[in-house]
Amino acid sequence: MSGADRGDGAEGTDGPSDARTVDDRHLPARVRRDIWVLGAAVGVFGASFGVLATTAGLTVAQACAMSVLVFTGASQFAVVGVLEAGGSLGSAFGSALLLAARNAAYGVALAPTLSRRSLGRRLLAAQVVIDETTALAMAQPGRVAREQAFWTTGVAVFVCWNIGTVLGAVAGDAIGDPEALGLDAAFPAGFVALAVPHLGTRQGKIAAVCGVVIALVLIPLTPAGVPIVAAALGVVPAVLFGGAPAAGGTPPEPAGEPGDVEPREGGP
Amino acid sequence: MSWWALLALAAAAYGLKAIGLILLGPRAAGGRALRLTALLPAALLPALVVVNTFAGDQRLVLDARAAGLAVAVIATWRRAPFVVVVVAAAVTTALVRAVS
Repeated sequence: MSGADRGDGAEGTDGPSDARTVDDRHLPARVRRDIWVLGAAVGVFGASFGVLATTAGLTVAQACAMSVLVFTGASQFAVVGVLEAGGSLGSAFGSALLLAARNAAYGVALAPTLSRRSLGRRLLAAQVVIDETTALAMAQPGRVAREQAFWTTGVAVFVCWNIGTVLGAVAGDAIGDPEALGLDAAFPAGFVALAVPHLGTRQGKIAAVCGVVIALVLIPLTPAGVPIVAAALGVVPAVLFGGAPAAGGTPPEPAGEPGDVEPREGGP
Repeated sequence: MSWWALLALAAAAYGLKAIGLILLGPRAAGGRALRLTALLPAALLPALVVVNTFAGDQRLVLDARAAGLAVAVIATWRRAPFVVVVVAAAVTTALVRAVS
């Protein structure tokens, strides 16, 4: 799988190689390191999922299989949380799938980044279309860096989440509470930093404000999962009232100046 | 929980991930549809932040996570590195929890 995190030049049709545009830039080493920091936090939550899953009556093998096959943290926590509380399998699945529905919107956003890959590669990519991979990928300025961020984050989060699950499921309560360490605040904090590149345009600002308002209004009114999915509708007023996009409607314009991007450091 | 139920859940979760990436996304190939999809992260990421911070059990709550978010926003505004943003928010939240 690690071969997948190189945008390997299988096609080799990216145009003249001497004309390096923002689209050709590789992922800076700094971002690769950030990705593994996020991975470490994911690992701790994987461990707490392992603990909760076995407490809720899943076998160790089932807990591990769920982390490999379902691989959507919020949904997995919802399933075992509902089962632990004595809820029915139907309501457990309902909550889980509502929380997983946002991954469909992420897939739409990521499609242009992965569009040049084969169907097989995209079917593999689909398994890691989640919060972290979308946030890290879409924060990068160019197509090559976006794809590298997607795969690197996918591998890092997949590995850490699953190692964490095994440890938690086997070792049980020996592992501390991630909330005591404030790690539940690590994810929104990271997403704040990763949202910034999208807020540079008027359209981006309108989409963000509308998304936030929709989510806040719906939190008390709808089951968990719905507020985030519904926030996707924030793009509609952004396109209607945001004026023309800065650069002809190509996928996300980075807010940062070119000088923000570090020179590539040895990449593949 | 039976293995069949687990596999059904896995299939449904995978289907949701794949439908956007493989079926819906590539159809938004031009013009207005592409502009809409390009803006999705701008709408979704801030929404994810507020849900992860202010959502309780189907209600709005103000707890230690909000302090972490405030620190994260300030650190991001001051152009702190990603690692600093994340660690500062976690430490703040942990401290507020410890004293409250």
